[in-house]
Amino acid sequence: MSEPASPTEPIFQPLAINGPLVRQILVRFLQNEVRKVGFEKVVLGLSGGVDSSLVATLAAEALGPSNVRALIMPYRGSDPKSRRDALQVAGQLGIDYLEVDISPQIDAYFSRFADADQKRRGNKMARERMSILYDQSWAWRALVLGTSNKTELLLGYGTIYGDLASAINPLGDLYKTQVWQLADVVGVPTDIVKKAPSADLWAGQTDEVELGFQYRVVDQLLYHLIDRRYTVAEVEQLGFQRAFIEDVLRRVRDNQYKRRLPVIAKLSSRTIDRDFRYPRDWGH
Amino acid sequence: MNPQQLQVGLAQMDCTLGDRQANLERHQRWVEKARQAGVQLLVFPELSLTGYFLKDLVPEIAITLEGPQMKEILGLSKDLDLVVSAVIEEPDHRYFNASLYLSNGELAHLHRKVYLPTYGMFDEQRYLAPGDRFRSFKTPFGRAGILICEDIWHLSSAYILSLEGVDLIICPSASPGRGVTTDERLGTAESYNLVCRTYAQFLTTFFLYCNRVGYEDGANFWGGSMVIAPNGDIVAQEEDADEALVTATLELGEVRRQRLANPLLRDERVELTINELRRVWHERTRKPY
Repeated sequence: MSEPASPTEPIFQPLAINGPLVRQILVRFLQNEVRKVGFEKVVLGLSGGVDSSLVATLAAEALGPSNVRALIMPYRGSDPKSRRDALQVAGQLGIDYLEVDISPQIDAYFSRFADADQKRRGNKMARERMSILYDQSWAWRALVLGTSNKTELLLGYGTIYGDLASAINPLGDLYKTQVWQLADVVGVPTDIVKKAPSADLWAGQTDEVELGFQYRVVDQLLYHLIDRRYTVAEVEQLGFQRAFIEDVLRRVRDNQYKRRLPVIAKLSSRTIDRDFRYPRDWGH
Repeated sequence: MNPQQLQVGLAQMDCTLGDRQANLERHQRWVEKARQAGVQLLVFPELSLTGYFLKDLVPEIAITLEGPQMKEILGLSKDLDLVVSAVIEEPDHRYFNASLYLSNGELAHLHRKVYLPTYGMFDEQRYLAPGDRFRSFKTPFGRAGILICEDIWHLSSAYILSLEGVDLIICPSASPGRGVTTDERLGTAESYNLVCRTYAQFLTTFFLYCNRVGYEDGANFWGGSMVIAPNGDIVAQEEDADEALVTATLELGEVRRQRLANPLLRDERVELTINELRRVWHERTRKPY
């Protein structure tokens, strides 16, 4: 596949979406799934990236800005632009926000493990933020919104029980290229939509450098493999390199555990989630 | 009441998953609303008394035809005819996804869903037993037949009802929306429009499609309930996924007129079809392995 001029464009046609329709489905999804279980409010981590900015925008539209609390949780190594972007989005939406600098608690912990590598530190930060969100969830009687998209979930590009943890997730069935389109439709600042995606766990980190491929390319591959069930031979004929296909398939397979509850050793005749199966919206 | 006209209503509503009492109260409110609107036949969506993605709730939420809940449900049909949907437990403890035609406080017909989708996001056969027949029945407004959601995705279902001479096919549905493209509507909405209109036109019958709205475990029900005339025209529809009472006045003489203009049913070669199907079946089953 040739290198695209822009990371967000052009849009691969099968992944092009009717933005207003998706917006309506997701806004109603948030209203329905939040309110019917007895909540009015939500909390989410607002990083200043496109995913969380989009979720914040949808939540503000669905529940009203006063029912949305954004947690801005920088670490001292985070890019200052991320914080500025998060503040811009919170200000633009008129939602409630709270800043919690996670540096003291992260540094206190790693003072005992000075040799910890970047990935370990990054995972710890993601879980620290999750812990804060769930504490705020209790304190504010609000559900935690997830912001992981379909690309990240399939590739396992997230921290289990960290940023992957949430009560409900409006973006989990949208590929990254679709997130960009929807963000544009709902009015997320263009600067945020166009900037290089980053987990911002260390200085200069970008998703696409770390992953080794571009979202708009991998989304096309995932669309064919997952949504359309193309075989490896068929996607190879489309022009995807064999090594790239195998790398992506390996990531999808190796990260399956992140998308499931912990494995339970089966003993009884009705084991939770195996033969004890109830809908999550049981009674609602 | 003009015997040549029928005022129909489709209760495009949300349900509470796994709460029969809450859903019964919803039905009472919709029946009252429809009664005030002069509706004579009101159709509710698939599994309207229970919600759709029930999983292990199926045996817990089921009712029996002889049970006390049935009395309350029958009581809803004192002033107007109803199609309501529930999980029915048979005396042998098989559970069916069923639709009931109620008239004057009595059960006039029961259809057990034949085609239970068990693929993709669906898992009905894990929990439910399949029905074994398609039968039409007489209503005060003509001959009718019921097909539940997936039943209409099998051509033979509607074909059989058509050969029984139905004037009206009623389809309660709980169809989750999916297939987002740049199109104006979801892929499922486009497909159902095509299928329902095709049946109405090919079989020259009225077609009532009543779908749900709301969300269950993140799946959205897309609404789109519609009333279709025997020439395939949509005469009333709620395209959005909003709760709505969709009403229309059916000119019952339209079936006769359409079958004179377009005598597809008259020309249908039933015996040829039976012979050819028998031949195909023999050829398929004669194979050594």
